[in-house]
Amino acid sequence: MATARAESALAAAVRADGDVKLIPYLMAGYPDRAGSVELGRMYARSGAAAIEVGIPFSDPLADGPVIQRAGQAALEGGMTTAGALAVAADVAATGVPVVLMTYVNPLLAYDARRFAADAVRAGVRGVLLVDLPPEEAGSILDWLRSAGLDTVFLVAPTSPDPRIELAAAASSGFLYCVTVTGVTGIREDLDPRLERLLASVRRLTDLPVAAGFGISRPEHVKALRGQADAAVVASVLLNEVQEGRDPQPLFEGLVNGWR
Amino acid sequence: MKGRFGPYGGQYVPETLMSALEELEHAWLEARDDPQFQLELAGHRHAFVGRPTPIYAAERLTEHFAGATIHLKREDLCHTGAHKLNNALGQALLARRMGKTRIIAETGAGQHGVATATVCARFGFECVVYMGTEDMRRQHMNVRRMKLLGASVREVTAGSATLKEATSEAIRDWVTNVGDTHYIIGSAVGPHPYPQMVRDLQRVIGDEARDQYLVAEGRLPDVVVACVGGGSNAIGMFTAFLGDPNVRLVGVEALGRGSEVGSNAASLVAGRPGVLHGSYSYLLQDAEGQVAVTHSVSAGLDYPGVGPEHAFLKDLERVDYVAVDDMAAVAAFRLCTRLEGIMPALEPAHALAQAGLLAQELGPGGRVLVCLSGRGDKDMDSVEEFDGDGTG
Repeated sequence: MATARAESALAAAVRADGDVKLIPYLMAGYPDRAGSVELGRMYARSGAAAIEVGIPFSDPLADGPVIQRAGQAALEGGMTTAGALAVAADVAATGVPVVLMTYVNPLLAYDARRFAADAVRAGVRGVLLVDLPPEEAGSILDWLRSAGLDTVFLVAPTSPDPRIELAAAASSGFLYCVTVTGVTGIREDLDPRLERLLASVRRLTDLPVAAGFGISRPEHVKALRGQADAAVVASVLLNEVQEGRDPQPLFEGLVNGWR
Repeated sequence: MKGRFGPYGGQYVPETLMSALEELEHAWLEARDDPQFQLELAGHRHAFVGRPTPIYAAERLTEHFAGATIHLKREDLCHTGAHKLNNALGQALLARRMGKTRIIAETGAGQHGVATATVCARFGFECVVYMGTEDMRRQHMNVRRMKLLGASVREVTAGSATLKEATSEAIRDWVTNVGDTHYIIGSAVGPHPYPQMVRDLQRVIGDEARDQYLVAEGRLPDVVVACVGGGSNAIGMFTAFLGDPNVRLVGVEALGRGSEVGSNAASLVAGRPGVLHGSYSYLLQDAEGQVAVTHSVSAGLDYPGVGPEHAFLKDLERVDYVAVDDMAAVAAFRLCTRLEGIMPALEPAHALAQAGLLAQELGPGGRVLVCLSGRGDKDMDSVEEFDGDGTG
């Protein structure tokens, strides 16, 4: 079990208080720089507990077509890591905790130490690197932690108990529970194995737990009640933007509609 | 750390795959040390692949360059026409042992896709091959072969629509279907244990060639040359010679249209370390860490990454890595075809072009051994198109 370290601002924001909290995702630079900041502000106004800000990467292995397209468009629009940190700063100015989500190579190219310092300066609370398992985190984890950032790792339906313990030990802020065996995307139903995974996670850690990948409907959020603290919602929101619709009604429906 | 070659290698993958990689590593180490598995592998290598492949004295190429004698290790004579079958066969036997029922692969030139479709036909696996739109166009004959062999070929349209995107898509499939699916990666790249496993399965090339050369020539060659895309034929060729300090090893990358970013696929010569497709190695990337678009006339070399063991061998200065451009590779393709009656694939044509330079540099009395990793009938369209562009 994780010991009683002082709960970070991110952990406190994400921990459920009866309701399942919502963590929306946006891609820095999508649909453009100003548009991504505007989405962040809207999510903050509409009840987001925390906001994930994606830094685009050319080869996002864990992402389905919706997030791939958003990342590609952001890169074509000239978004950079420094630019994404500036977007994160604007979103963090709302007061809602921001978690940066990306892949390891942009961070290596930027330099992990400099990235950690600049993320703190931007008001970011935590960092999640999708292709960095705890075993490989080494010095990157040290730089992020020593700068005062929370580090979020993932567990998946394919993670046995020892791997859940490993991820929990390396995580702070919250633990990210991947709800499906697969990539990000919009789904009709959640994986039936999710309940078992969330029960294992609950047994093995005190950290707040956020469930994500495929959460698309109010009933998905409702199904997490009592099992997860928060739900991360990404593709279904970005898809609204890609279809030329305002994602606010859908997001508000997820925040309020399941009660 | 696990699965490292010096600082290179590792397992940079989404959490969903970590258990599968551990299962694969255990299964491979167990199979590798199991005499029954090795016996079975040797039997199929002989009767199905056609091993051992010979080494061949390229007398007219030697005469043409008027320098060192040139020998070719004839991997083009493997069943399906390239060294790729060595790896696909071993991994298919392993997948069967692991109880997997479905196999996926990525392919660039189509040779690995054909090799995978071939072993899936032979051993009765469902087979899905990911291939970029651009590669499906320039290697359409291999697409037809894969379909006849019963594989479904899935077109990948993202990005430059070549090997990098096909590999990303295959990994996404594996993330989704990891329970019943084995991913046969086609080169000595990817997360641990792939670079080691693919090397172990390809080292038969160099083990055979070293013995054959000693028998034929009574000594070792001065230089061993192989082309490097991901680097599986090269690591398979070089491994047997790593302990021979007097044998110079030369890996040849694709310089494409030139040294500008985006115009070539020379990761070791022009890149810097980074993470792509699960391992830390030399990588063609921009200042932001975004992976670069690549170009090579050869679909099989058109990849921005390279196997992590090559990265380590470069830093150790045990292997010299150089790059040969499209024009020189196409010229070597034509020269070998006309002088030896052997049509090389465009990938090893890069090695042949460098071998000609090395033969001239060494002069008469010198000895060069080239890994001719595959045959070139798949590349006839690419060569004609290249000449037709007026760039040839």
